[in-house]
Amino acid sequence: MSAFPQPLTGIAAPLDSGALRDNVDTDAIIPSREMRSTGRTGLADGLFAPWRYSDADARAENPDFVLNQPKFRGASILLSGANFGCGSSREHAVWALAEYGIKVVIAESFAPIFYGNCIRNFILPITLDRSALEGLSGHEITVDLAAQSLTCGDATYPFDIDAEAKQMLAEGLDAIDLTLTQAQAITNWTASDKAARPWVYLEHST
Amino acid sequence: MGHTLFEKIWETHAAAQTAGGSTLIAIDRVFLHERTGAAALKRMAEMGRAVLDPARVFAVMDHIVDTRPGRGDSTLMQGGEGFITETRAACKAAGITLFDVNDRDQGIVHVISPEQGIVLPGVTLVAPDSHTCTQGAFGALAWGIGSSEAEHAMVTGTLRLEKPKTMRVTFDGKLQSGVTAKDMILTLIAAHGAGGGAGHVVEFAGEAVRAMDMEARMTLCNMATEFSAMTGLIAPDAKTYEYLAGRTYAPPHFDDPYWSTLKSDEDAAFDQEIVIDAGAIAPMVSWGTSPEHTIPVDGTVPNGPARAHEYTGLVAGVALAGTPIDVAFIGSCTNSRISDLRRAARLLNGRTIAPSIKKAMVVPGSLSVKRQAEAEGLDKVFIAAGFEWRMSGCSLCFFAGGEGFPEGSRTISSTNRNFEGRQGPGIKTHIASPETVAASALAGAIADPRDYMRQEEAAA
Ligand code: SF4
Repeated sequence: MSAFPQPLTGIAAPLDSGALRDNVDTDAIIPSREMRSTGRTGLADGLFAPWRYSDADARAENPDFVLNQPKFRGASILLSGANFGCGSSREHAVWALAEYGIKVVIAESFAPIFYGNCIRNFILPITLDRSALEGLSGHEITVDLAAQSLTCGDATYPFDIDAEAKQMLAEGLDAIDLTLTQAQAITNWTASDKAARPWVYLEHST
Repeated sequence: MGHTLFEKIWETHAAAQTAGGSTLIAIDRVFLHERTGAAALKRMAEMGRAVLDPARVFAVMDHIVDTRPGRGDSTLMQGGEGFITETRAACKAAGITLFDVNDRDQGIVHVISPEQGIVLPGVTLVAPDSHTCTQGAFGALAWGIGSSEAEHAMVTGTLRLEKPKTMRVTFDGKLQSGVTAKDMILTLIAAHGAGGGAGHVVEFAGEAVRAMDMEARMTLCNMATEFSAMTGLIAPDAKTYEYLAGRTYAPPHFDDPYWSTLKSDEDAAFDQEIVIDAGAIAPMVSWGTSPEHTIPVDGTVPNGPARAHEYTGLVAGVALAGTPIDVAFIGSCTNSRISDLRRAARLLNGRTIAPSIKKAMVVPGSLSVKRQAEAEGLDKVFIAAGFEWRMSGCSLCFFAGGEGFPEGSRTISSTNRNFEGRQGPGIKTHIASPETVAASALAGAIADPRDYMRQEEAAA
């Protein structure tokens, strides 16, 4: 997997219907019926299918949807309101965004499972307050992960990200590999836990 | 200063600190299902990674299995059979215990995990499914994760976590008759927003919660994810241990002193506290496209986001009750356990649903619930009233592209999500308790279950 490109410059595409949408759920990002195989690929076409297509089966585009407008087609930065990515835990939502080419999602807040899925797939989730968000809509912005800031024209906005998530994005680290460097500590902990809570450890029955 | 229940479970499971400042939290149980589980197992195999302790990983076929009687591997969802056969093969290769399509104990993941005694007080349990929080009802730290995190948990036995904040939601007083756990959680979300629990683990407490049975507690915790919380949980008590004792994967008895420590200390501090008067809660029904768009059944539609009004076709100011519905659905991990079916059947007994209803179905949460219901004759009540009686699974809690409701239907549903398209393209979903679904099916329109209960009382 590739690390997060830095710095990244692109047009911020707003998911809106009058105002920035709140509660964009994973059924809207990728409906269950678009999850057609057990793999992680082939999902970009189904991204935002309910909004992007006037007829999803025929893939007939809805010209009003933001990513179908010439200015925003193929955008790498998405803007939305509060509680983005709520709903199902399906990582397919993030895989679909990543496959489409989205690198950054900026929202007022994120649903927790979705946020974690973003980090594991090298999409940068940025939380900003509403007034700042609205100022970014449709503008070219530059995201600097190292400096934890984004700039739009003359304005610069700092953003928070925890140190570990930042490092994983910047260096393209695989979380499992990283954790396995501490395998010995886990083994030691498990040995003492087995004595303390034996009932947790099941005998295999299959 | 004392500790909260969550903090105690966190401390017990903190296996190591990472260089980046996270904690490696040991994971006691992992539960997969065929919709997202195969993807995780497949990728692990591709990467040459193995499950650390297969005896503590379980899987079930529930999300896209057919629920029509006589089912096999084939489903109406295009390509669905591949998910089932691939999951089966992957579980076998990994040595994971699988509850297969027609196994005696098959059912929705969050229904069968407690039935089997897989979830226990004080354990950590994760599943690539957002409603894993249901199982917090047993005093477990149980939460939904993505596929990558499921792989991480299976391979390393841990997850890398930042410590979440804590919130306590206290339901004081007693519920009125006809009001249920579903109405409690919808009241919380309506009042504090679908993002209200973000960043927090929510402990549910108070007199009304203590009075609830385990099934109602599961309904309450089920929708913590609709509140955007990491999870919800309830301190275990005698009811919890009584429910679990003797179940297949549970210990034979709960006499270890560890169990009695599983509660928030008197002087424990929470980052946030919410108190709700349980006695003031009414049966709740959603009107819009987010669970926060929910009002008392006898209320009027408020002014919400334009798109929500447009999608559901309900304008501000109209009464919600009396809105004609086409479909009634009783099922899902929120409300498909035996007590849910009993309460709905009580309302339906001796009555028939309105002729305008195009489809009405009951999908028991597990085959064990189904057997129990049949032993009590509930299936006959549902069928006589005009409902279809199904095999267990997630069914039309969500639309996977196979079986669907009639185009453009308005449904009253005991499920947990009223998102646009959740139950099918253009389907308008109103979420409510099983008794409100039953009452609405009888009326052919959104209806207050208390009206039917009053009729019963008057007749008695
Ligand atoms: S019943 Fe619905 S909410 Fe529950 S696990 Fe199945 S699909 Fe998810």
